[in-house]
Amino acid sequence: MRGPGRWAVLFALVVLAVVMIFPFLIVAVNAVKSPAEYGSQGPLSLPDGLYLQGIIDFWNRVQFGTKLWNSFLISASVAVLAVVLSVLNAYALGIGRVKGRLWILVLFLVANTLPQEALAYPLYYLAKAVDLYDTQLAVIIVMTAIQAAFGTYLLSAVLGQFPKEILEAAAIDGAGRLRSLWRIVVPISRPTINVLLIFFFIWTWNEFFLPLIFLISNDTQTVPVALGVLQGEKYMDATTSSASALLGVVPAIAFFLIFQRTLTRGVTVGAIK
Amino acid sequence: MRARTRGYWLYLIPSLLLFLAVIVVPFLMNVGASFTRWSGVGTPRWIGLDNYTRLLADVRFWESFQHNVGLIVAMAVVPTMIGLVLAAALFDYIGKRFGARTASALRAMYYLPQVLPVAVAGVVWGWMLHPSYGAVNQIFGLDVNWLGDPDLALATVMAIMVWFQLGYPVVIFMAGLQRVDPSYYEAAEIDGASWWRKFWHITIPQIRPEIFVVLLTCTIAALKVFGPIFVLTRGGPGNATMVPSYFSYLNFFQKSNVGYGSAIATVLALIIIVVTFLFLRVQERES
Repeated sequence: MRGPGRWAVLFALVVLAVVMIFPFLIVAVNAVKSPAEYGSQGPLSLPDGLYLQGIIDFWNRVQFGTKLWNSFLISASVAVLAVVLSVLNAYALGIGRVKGRLWILVLFLVANTLPQEALAYPLYYLAKAVDLYDTQLAVIIVMTAIQAAFGTYLLSAVLGQFPKEILEAAAIDGAGRLRSLWRIVVPISRPTINVLLIFFFIWTWNEFFLPLIFLISNDTQTVPVALGVLQGEKYMDATTSSASALLGVVPAIAFFLIFQRTLTRGVTVGAIK
Repeated sequence: MRARTRGYWLYLIPSLLLFLAVIVVPFLMNVGASFTRWSGVGTPRWIGLDNYTRLLADVRFWESFQHNVGLIVAMAVVPTMIGLVLAAALFDYIGKRFGARTASALRAMYYLPQVLPVAVAGVVWGWMLHPSYGAVNQIFGLDVNWLGDPDLALATVMAIMVWFQLGYPVVIFMAGLQRVDPSYYEAAEIDGASWWRKFWHITIPQIRPEIFVVLLTCTIAALKVFGPIFVLTRGGPGNATMVPSYFSYLNFFQKSNVGYGSAIATVLALIIIVVTFLFLRVQERES
């Protein structure tokens, strides 16, 4: 194809790209309109000015700062804890090659694919029994196990390829196992570990089902749960709704931009999930 | 040698304890509860397979699985097909004629919905499609209740999920295409093969592993889908968008039919495990 043909292909792909990002644009445009302006101009006009009152009102009404902090606290804790467990497991499975490692890996894989619905009610019941219901800690513990299942599966494959000579040399120099792990295996596997940290953080941030079940009070809820539960409430008029959507979209896009380089390299890693 | 590997077991202990408490025991409790009648308080009453026989006769249960099939089409099949064409077009057409930067900018735009929490994607579309003030009706001058009309609701949810999922296969397939030896394409070009012939005979066979992975992961995601249903329709109107995960949630937390909810969740878990093993078997045989 030459001449007009190649431009036609480009044009079609650009049109599709615009369709894909259109909801983001329209949410952003309407979140900064006053209800009166929305009423008279509709959703497509560009805003007359920056009307931020809708966003501020919604922020205060749902204590959005608290929601952000809860999401951050839960996601960061899960990312770190799940990476630590994944590294310990992968050390035993990938480098230590403990007996029955294939079955242990299958167990982790099944744990990762199980629908959370099949764990939800007992977890809810147990959390109440040990007084962890409606605490961020409950979500942290459960999500750590689920993410570590995937991390173990992935890291074991990576550490299975780890050059043995380096570890043998370290052992001859008198380094113990924990020391070899901390001083040699972790630094060398750093790129994969970083990708896992980011993935665990974002996956946990985006999680909806388990936080919905565990977190019922205003002080503990995460961003997706708060927005998801409020959707369709009576006071959610057009501009308040788009303000709420915008507040949910912005952190996600911020993470995407911050982590973009690591992510685009890492999506292929995540493909196993 | 035994002593050497024995020491490594120690590193598994924290995870094994955590898994026992958070996954193994709760899963067994769930299976156990599925043989009982239980409201969540008091003592569960053993009723054997009654929940399962009730399930097989329950129209809502079967419908919820039919909706799941629709969502597999929307979340796995359609994005994979469109994603293949898009990835190939971006990789060997746009990338070569308009530069790699254009290709990766377009890719980033296709991928953008994927970064959203799926519940937030639901909030965005719930707003866009709102029957009285939603942007879509106003733009096209329509008066359609996209999510409130029982005949339209599932199709609307499916369309939203295509939008949400599309970027994932595009990114995975484009990464896969980088592995492909360019001499295949050069040879085909010398033979005068059309773009579609190259797509069909080189691109698709070469990135078959990626296609498998995308189909498997998206199919599992579609079977588990909960967030968009909760946010957009709560399974309604009527039963029009009910899926197994939401159906079990409803029984657990709103109807206090914990035993019945557990049976639904157990069946869903079994289906997902079977699907996973089938995929892995086929994949193994292929390679």
